[in-house]
Amino acid sequence: MLDFEKPIIELDLKLADMKQFAVENNVDVTEAVKSLEEKISKLKKTTYQNLTRWQRVQLSRHPDRPYTLDYIQTICDKFVELHGDRGFGDDKAMVGGFGEIGDQSIMFIGQQKGRNTKQRQHRNFGMANPEGYRKALRLMKLAEKFNKPIVTLIDTPGAFPGIEAEERGQGEAIARNLKEMFMLKVPIICIVIGEGASGGALGIAIGDKVFMLENTWYSVISPESCSSILWRSWDYKEQAAEALKLTAKDMQKFGLVDDIIKEPLGGAHTDPLGTAKKIKKTIIDTLDELNKIQPEERILQRIEKFSSMGIVVEN
Amino acid sequence: MPWFVRENKGIVTPTEFKRETPDGLWYQCPECKTVILTKAHRDNSYTCPSCNHHEQIGSAEYFDLLFDQNLFEELFMNLQSGDPLEFVDTKKYPDRLKASMAKTGMKDAVRVAAGNIEEKEVVIACMDFKFIGGSMGSVVGEKISRGIAEARKRGVPFIMISKSGGARMMEAGFSLMQMAKTSAQLALLSEAKLPYISILTDPTTGGVTASFAMLGDFNIAEPKALIGFAGPRVVRETIGKDLPEGFQSAEFVLEHGFLDTIVDRKELKQTVADLLRMVA
Repeated sequence: MLDFEKPIIELDLKLADMKQFAVENNVDVTEAVKSLEEKISKLKKTTYQNLTRWQRVQLSRHPDRPYTLDYIQTICDKFVELHGDRGFGDDKAMVGGFGEIGDQSIMFIGQQKGRNTKQRQHRNFGMANPEGYRKALRLMKLAEKFNKPIVTLIDTPGAFPGIEAEERGQGEAIARNLKEMFMLKVPIICIVIGEGASGGALGIAIGDKVFMLENTWYSVISPESCSSILWRSWDYKEQAAEALKLTAKDMQKFGLVDDIIKEPLGGAHTDPLGTAKKIKKTIIDTLDELNKIQPEERILQRIEKFSSMGIVVEN
Repeated sequence: MPWFVRENKGIVTPTEFKRETPDGLWYQCPECKTVILTKAHRDNSYTCPSCNHHEQIGSAEYFDLLFDQNLFEELFMNLQSGDPLEFVDTKKYPDRLKASMAKTGMKDAVRVAAGNIEEKEVVIACMDFKFIGGSMGSVVGEKISRGIAEARKRGVPFIMISKSGGARMMEAGFSLMQMAKTSAQLALLSEAKLPYISILTDPTTGGVTASFAMLGDFNIAEPKALIGFAGPRVVRETIGKDLPEGFQSAEFVLEHGFLDTIVDRKELKQTVADLLRMVA
């Protein structure tokens, strides 16, 4: 439970108690329930419409938040997971495979986090190694070969910064993905569903359309690491989050992502099915739009879009 | 009890007083302490004649080393950083920029120029570490991208000399997207079948390694250069152990298959010229 969720959850519990009391004792509490419900709804609105940037970062990491495979399994009628980079191994922090929505097959790729201690270790906290990025590229090329669109779901605290990752060329693996993704002939849709940390996120995020869920963040560094480097202390994460302007709203305003997918009040975890439905609709609508464009033109537009990112002064 | 008393506590050496390429008559090698004339050091391509330590140098020195007769046409000189995020940490970003410009006389951390190497035209982009750690913000990304596009327009090879701590945090999301932007231009250069030589010098880390620095048709490093994605401090904190000797050195990266070759700076121009001739 996050600190700003606490008052709401307490009122929710109170409401449940009240309803149960009414049933058990057969008394009419309609008025009291109504007033409490109003109070809760008001509190939710004031809390969630005025979230600070740091609070959004907290929501993006909420332990109950749906992860990549949760969404894929809800969105697809059928999904076949595909493993391995055909070179070194199978990275559990990066998942992918062909999924079906109606008669449309789509290659889904994304970082995967774990929900309990054991799973989190198994998934390496959603931090992929080089073989993860190479697996992602292999699957993207497979999609291109069979002329199927690609959807990537981004949720990572960063590419893994370990010794073996360096030995196997973490930098090269991400760099190659950036370059190759620009030239893929099939439509690519990228959606940040949780954390979008730096090169580890960007390594699967070169798309014709890039979306962010409402309560996610996407930047060059996490607020904690930024605080540690610029303020030389871990205690300035709130300020760092403000300074980095890393929320969906910020990133859209700067033209660094295309659009925002709304979340239910309280965050994606309060209604995972509803959120998945919205993502599904976004995917279907966006594919309709992208399919109207010729592949060569799509590639040029993709390059043009990213090439226009950056603020420089010419004098 | 010591026989002396430290009167001032917490003495901090400002960056501008820390080790830099010395500018006096004599040069002392920071590794083996050999002292030679500055001119002799320069004539030796800024390497130590006794231990071969490669001193960190900037774009002016690399242009001099690579371009015939040090003749070149500098491109996109008028680009300067904005402050899109109005970023403030312990300092305001525009103040940091101003301080760095005053200190270095440069506008940002990369310079791009066209000229000849052994009478063959090339475009070279070279990073300057002394400008905010050679960090990549919008200007660095834009100048490199335009440099690549210029090489494509002229139908000549592109050479990138990387020397950078990685992304520029003060430009956050914008900084990140420079990795994408430069890679996009390199994809187009590849399509045009024009050669791209990436020269990785000490240090090359972070978002620079994870984009253009690792994408060369030829990845060439200088001896002992630090090359990696995550900085050594971050890796050490992640694994909670000391790092093995030589970890993330050019020799280590070559051994693991991500470099074509390590070249002594004194032979850099010759190697570049040879490769360009062989693929021409």
